[in-house]
Amino acid sequence: MDSMEVLVNKEYKYGFVTDVATDTVPAGLNEDIIRLISQKKGEPEFMLNWRLKAFRHWLTMEEPHWPNFTYPKIDYQSISYYSAPKKNPKANSIEEVDKEILETYEKLGISLNEQKRLSGVAVDAVFDSVSVATTFQETLAKQGIIFCSMSEAIQKHPDLVQKYLGSVVPPTDNFFAALNSAVFTDGSFCFIPKGVRCPMELSTYFRINAAETGQFERTLIVAEEGAYVSYLEGCTAPIRDTNQLHAAVVELVALDDAQIKYSTVQNWYAGNKQGLGGIYNFVTKRGKCAGKNSKISWTQVETGSAITWKYPSVILLGDNSIGEFYSVAVVNNHQNADTGTKMTHIGKNTKSTVISKGISAGQGNNTYRGQIKVVPNATNARNYTQCDSMLIGNKCSANTFPYIEVRNTSSSVEHEASTSKIGEDQLFYCKQRGIDTENAISMIVNGFAKEVFKNLPMEFAVEAQKLLGISLEGSVG
Amino acid sequence: MIEIKNLHANVAGKEILKGIDLSVHAGEVHAIMGPNGSGKSTLAQVLAGHPAYEVTEGEVIFDGKNLFDLDPEERAQEGLFLAFQYPVEIPGVSNSYFLKAGLNEIRKHRGLEPLDAMQFLKLLKEKMKLVEMDSSFINRPVNEGFSGGEKKRNEILQMAVLEPKLAILDETDSGLDIDALKIVADGVTKLKRPDNAAIVVTHYQRLLNYIVPDFVHVLVNGRIVKSGTKELALELEASGYDSVKDAAAVA
Ligand SMILES: Nc1ncnc2c1ncn2[C@@H]1O[C@H](COP(=O)(O)OP(=O)(O)O)[C@@H](O)[C@H]1O
Ligand SMILES: [Mg+2]
Repeated sequence: MDSMEVLVNKEYKYGFVTDVATDTVPAGLNEDIIRLISQKKGEPEFMLNWRLKAFRHWLTMEEPHWPNFTYPKIDYQSISYYSAPKKNPKANSIEEVDKEILETYEKLGISLNEQKRLSGVAVDAVFDSVSVATTFQETLAKQGIIFCSMSEAIQKHPDLVQKYLGSVVPPTDNFFAALNSAVFTDGSFCFIPKGVRCPMELSTYFRINAAETGQFERTLIVAEEGAYVSYLEGCTAPIRDTNQLHAAVVELVALDDAQIKYSTVQNWYAGNKQGLGGIYNFVTKRGKCAGKNSKISWTQVETGSAITWKYPSVILLGDNSIGEFYSVAVVNNHQNADTGTKMTHIGKNTKSTVISKGISAGQGNNTYRGQIKVVPNATNARNYTQCDSMLIGNKCSANTFPYIEVRNTSSSVEHEASTSKIGEDQLFYCKQRGIDTENAISMIVNGFAKEVFKNLPMEFAVEAQKLLGISLEGSVG
Repeated sequence: MIEIKNLHANVAGKEILKGIDLSVHAGEVHAIMGPNGSGKSTLAQVLAGHPAYEVTEGEVIFDGKNLFDLDPEERAQEGLFLAFQYPVEIPGVSNSYFLKAGLNEIRKHRGLEPLDAMQFLKLLKEKMKLVEMDSSFINRPVNEGFSGGEKKRNEILQMAVLEPKLAILDETDSGLDIDALKIVADGVTKLKRPDNAAIVVTHYQRLLNYIVPDFVHVLVNGRIVKSGTKELALELEASGYDSVKDAAAVA
């Protein structure tokens, strides 16, 4: 495979910076900063106390370090924990949103103008620490659906927030979840009431713009009995040569017969060819199938970030509940991805499916880490895991760490894994039919990831396929 | 069409082709026969440009161009087609998607407009009839889970769609039962035109009952030791390769 050499990566096309006046709190992390954030957001007392409690717990925790890669120590005191555009942080209507910011989203291909948008998708746009606009709120409200920023939810729906926030990922869960609980600034809140099938896709678009800030978003999705929602998440950040921290927490709650489909296309700035800059993406995503016959599916396409540390998981509490995880993770240049899932089978007849496709190019390092846990009472639990890795070139790597813990004899857990190299023969076969190297790689890789892509909503799947092509462009000579 | 002069090639540091001379003109069908390991596939792969094979001496002029100046995909776009002895599987990529991509690259190279999905499908279905392939293969991933015979038939389908100037068929007959063999041979014969040519590599004379060659060459140990007309194939069938091997040793 000598002829396969890593060339330049295509320019990251979302790397621009928007010039807006911001209200940024000084760098540093202490109780005063947390009080300041809470005050800026006009939060009720319970929220401030919740944050402070999380912060005090965080102080007692150690930053985790994973065996498969190292990264420079993060100085939590040098980060600013709140940055918001000065003008109209949260406008009452789209017309009031800062022009610069609207243009930023237009440039990213996200129109916040409801008339211009495809009517099938409602968007919550989060710019640094705050949500700047949410579309189609009124349309959705007619069916009792709440789709708003987390800040707004805390003010307008404190009961729901108090009931569900932290119910899936408690503030003490892990180091980054504790940090997020203390300082989270915004994110989306979705509530689908009993029996309602959400008529459009809900989506949040996260944009980190300011330098030296962290983004700590918090998303909470609740589907009541029999409700259905499909939610999409997209993200980008400017090119900067310093690393920026993104530590999100996403919680999903599905009650009896409810279904939540959560899709992500993660395209944070990955750093340059030498590995300088890029986002550290340390995320806790977890869903709880709280009710019987409920279903939660995670589909993710991870192409960005310098380091990704992310395990969207499902707690299968309700009887007959279903958890799914479909993932494509691509690393190129010096990227590191450590991702996978945890499926915890507690209810009876629970079922989980895990399909993970890791693609490594350049000097990228791709790790799948998955845990399947079946507790003693989870009779008839079923899991199927398939974990495939594809290597492009000689300098990249792929690792698989499946942890299986089954405490129930009537359960079955199946694990299949494969590693393949984009072979010279496969590539040659395509070229012999007139297809050039770049197109051949993109074709082979997309074929490899097809089982995952088919779970994405249509528009997203097209975007994801293009993205995959772009992030691997030039990875083979 | 193609002129091969004193071609030497190595694989893994070992010389496999030891001076091949061969000229193929438009409208001709040449058969290359020879025992296993004699270098037949190596010749085919070298002409198509597989990176594992190193050309150490000689030159090849293809349609007026120096073949070794062209990348493999450019050779394909110029009209050189190889039906592989061992076709590769491409999981998740449908046969039609793959073939459409190839065809449109070739058309682009020839200054033609790309075919849209409808036009392509029409063409594909026509060609599938020619090789008697079931339409269920349209959406199946390239060669994945195909039987040996289905893979070979798929190669001929690709050839039919891409309409090469020069087709090299590497042991397309092996692994085919007699019915499949007839279909494949029939396809090749139907595609024959005064302005294209084919090199048919085989080590059985069986195929040559169906694809009648204008010339037959015997390749032994990296050299063409004997050339003749279709009667040579019958001779070989009767007396085996040993007779020509001996002749090669004497020469
Ligand atoms: N990729 C390769 N790596 C190493 N040896 C090879 C390779 N391809 C062919 N050879 C060797 O070259 C010789 C000729 O092989 P081949 O051209 O496949 O013969 P044929 O097609 O006539 O049966 C054999 O000794 C074979 O082992
Ligand atoms: Mg051979």
